[in-house]
Amino acid sequence: MENVGIFTAAARLVERDLKVIFRHVSEALNPLVFFVVVATLFPLATSPDAALLRDMAPGVVWVAALLSSTLALDSLFKADMDDGTMEQLALSPQPLAWLLLAKIVTHWVVSGLPLVLIAPLVARGFFLPTEAILPMMLALALGTPTLSLIGAVGAALTAGVRRGGALLSLLVLPLSLPTMIFGARATDLAGLGEDPSGPLYLLAALLFLTLSLAPLAAAAAIRISLD
Amino acid sequence: MWKAFVRWFHRMASPPHFYAAASRWTPWFFWSAIIVIAICAYGGLVLAPADYQQGDGFRIIYAHVPSAWMSLFVYVNMAIAAAIGLIWRIKLAHAVAASCAPIGASFTFLALATGSIWGKPMWGTWWVWDARLTSELILLFLYIGYMALRSAMEEPSRADRASAVLAIVGVVNVPIIHYSVVWWNTLHQGPTVSKIGEPSITWAMLWPMLGMMVGFMLFFGAILLTRVRGEVLARERNSKWIKEVAVS
Repeated sequence: MENVGIFTAAARLVERDLKVIFRHVSEALNPLVFFVVVATLFPLATSPDAALLRDMAPGVVWVAALLSSTLALDSLFKADMDDGTMEQLALSPQPLAWLLLAKIVTHWVVSGLPLVLIAPLVARGFFLPTEAILPMMLALALGTPTLSLIGAVGAALTAGVRRGGALLSLLVLPLSLPTMIFGARATDLAGLGEDPSGPLYLLAALLFLTLSLAPLAAAAAIRISLD
Repeated sequence: MWKAFVRWFHRMASPPHFYAAASRWTPWFFWSAIIVIAICAYGGLVLAPADYQQGDGFRIIYAHVPSAWMSLFVYVNMAIAAAIGLIWRIKLAHAVAASCAPIGASFTFLALATGSIWGKPMWGTWWVWDARLTSELILLFLYIGYMALRSAMEEPSRADRASAVLAIVGVVNVPIIHYSVVWWNTLHQGPTVSKIGEPSITWAMLWPMLGMMVGFMLFFGAILLTRVRGEVLARERNSKWIKEVAVS
């Protein structure tokens, strides 16, 4: 067997994951559609009043993003656990945490990045002021990877559990609250015409914290789920 | 000194030894908890003067503050026990972590319930999105998640290690969650909630509360030892020494 470096290994893993995902594009799009549908529920459940919707917009965007990213987690490790790919990854000479990070990044590119891109549409539907759109996208770009990373730990913990969907949400949602609070606050501040840099810095700090720690915890959890 | 402690620690990691020791200690913890709590309840409910603003209503702090404090203390305890179990592969430590969760969840629930009862006369409603109450509620969710993960896994050794990872992740997150909630709260509502004048609390009010904390700790010790004994019995039910203990 040829000995590949960690970057080559990660690149091949990303390539493989993308291939697998694009064979089932409609499945990959589900979280995105879910995001839009959840956002649509709010005006229908409350009222179409523009002032009310504008006040709610940051909260709605972030709650929908949080739910949609939690929903997408189910597919993160499940298929690889079932068909034995994960065992091969765990046995490979490259550190498992690093490989999982590659998987998480791929997952975010497919399920998180589209949210960032479609969020302006939803935000306009909620009459969020134009100048708040860019800070909101920045907050989502910083926050959704954190959600994916925290979620990966939960997905790794529940990977061996049958019907772990509701359990996964129960584990992940409380841990994701700080990200949601800072993200919604940044969007809110930008909507009020104030400087959102404070919460954005906090989001960035959370991103780097989870980026450095979550893959390690996920790798430990995967090893536990495997035996 | 250190060596003696390590030797003691290793001996305690053996289930039969721990079981015997825990059986001896439990009554000591239990009775000292009863005595301390009784004395402090008298001190807090009878001897302490009524608050000039809240009247006798403030006296619920003698149950509320210690249980809120214990809810965090037990979580940290649980995470430490889980880490010990994960790192040194000590099964007994996992049993301790497993026993901590329901106790901690009960303390958290007690803190929420007393906080809400206290809130009714003080704020006029049963629930306010106060930072402390909200973070207690999230702590309760964390406890529930921990217990749900544990019960979702059939194999005990896997449940032990998976929930240990969750407890460690949780304990890293608890301060972040707490401060994010505090920050969220101070931005969304002004400091309308006037807490009791904590810095100027008189000694007559303070000592029963500190004593209550000690009493709650002792009570936690008694309940924890009892639960761990039960846990050890359930886990070691196929080993020989259990028969000797059960028969005698």
